[in-house]
Amino acid sequence: MGFADFFKKKSSGSMAKDRLKLVLVSDRANCSPEIMEQMKNDIIMVISKYVEIDAEGLDIKITQTESEGNNGTVPALFANIPIKDLRTNIKYKD
Amino acid sequence: MGEVIVITSGKGGVGKTTTTANVGTGLAKLDKKVVLIDTDIGLRNLDVVLGLENRIVYNLVDVIEGNCRIKQAIIKDKRYPNLYLLPSAQTRDKTSVTPEQMKKLADELREEFDYILMDCPAGIEQGFKNAIAGADSALVVTTPEVSAVRDADRIIGLLEANDLKNTHLIVNRLRQDMVKKGDMMSADDVVEILAIDLIGVVPDDENVVISTNQGEPLVGNDTLAGQAYMNICHRVIGEEVPLLDLNIKGGFMSRLTSMFKKY
Repeated sequence: MGFADFFKKKSSGSMAKDRLKLVLVSDRANCSPEIMEQMKNDIIMVISKYVEIDAEGLDIKITQTESEGNNGTVPALFANIPIKDLRTNIKYKD
Repeated sequence: MGEVIVITSGKGGVGKTTTTANVGTGLAKLDKKVVLIDTDIGLRNLDVVLGLENRIVYNLVDVIEGNCRIKQAIIKDKRYPNLYLLPSAQTRDKTSVTPEQMKKLADELREEFDYILMDCPAGIEQGFKNAIAGADSALVVTTPEVSAVRDADRIIGLLEANDLKNTHLIVNRLRQDMVKKGDMMSADDVVEILAIDLIGVVPDDENVVISTNQGEPLVGNDTLAGQAYMNICHRVIGEEVPLLDLNIKGGFMSRLTSMFKKY
């Protein structure tokens, strides 16, 4: 990255690279948007049993992450799930 | 025994035919006996890029269907004694040929030629399957754009699935000035994403358009693209050649700035 890049926003070349890396992970995993949607719904169902979550704000995606064992990258499921209310606490009181 | 190489990309318009014409001509200049096969049935183009469009009598489909012998259909390029073209049919479609027939044809040509280059059509359908059927190795052409790289990744996956493990990457139409500004992925970026071996980088050079207009491949002349293609040919025959310096303006200031950009 060049010196000038400190003062401006991310270059379009590195944006292209980052976007490609993401899209290729799901391409290679043969994971269609429908499957992702199903998985998302199932995750919502399971987690909703225990805590109240904001289903609208839920975001899941498959990304690359550094593997701990060998020094390469491996695909990882990344889920950002905003919790509205920790229902578990209420349950324990009963 | 000759080697069968398929030139493929997935996406259209990234330079498969230009690459086939230039690598083929370059190999012929290196004293290899080369035949180029245009497998893009229905969209014949390699003949015009090579400037051989007026010499076609028979075509690929005629050979497959047995309307003529292979020798009758293959055109000898008079400018290069080792270069031959088997043109595609213009008025037929991809279903006129099967992968088995292509494999048989490739195996027959192996006896006669050092290199058989298959110019693959865009896409991943029948035409692609025909083109890769008899191939020993593949040259995957891409440009440093998201669409082309994504399609190249798909193609690499399909080649692997078809047991074509010997694949090399050509990054075509690279603009070094844009790479320097950070507005284009570098060849290294593309290699990192696709994770296959690089065999050459061809700069975006207006001389390619001029040479295509003239029907005369520019491989081996003193243009940057001409040198880049010749380097690829040397690597295809197994020689080690350092990557071409694509910086056109080699003045003091540009070298100074590129020093700073590196870090």
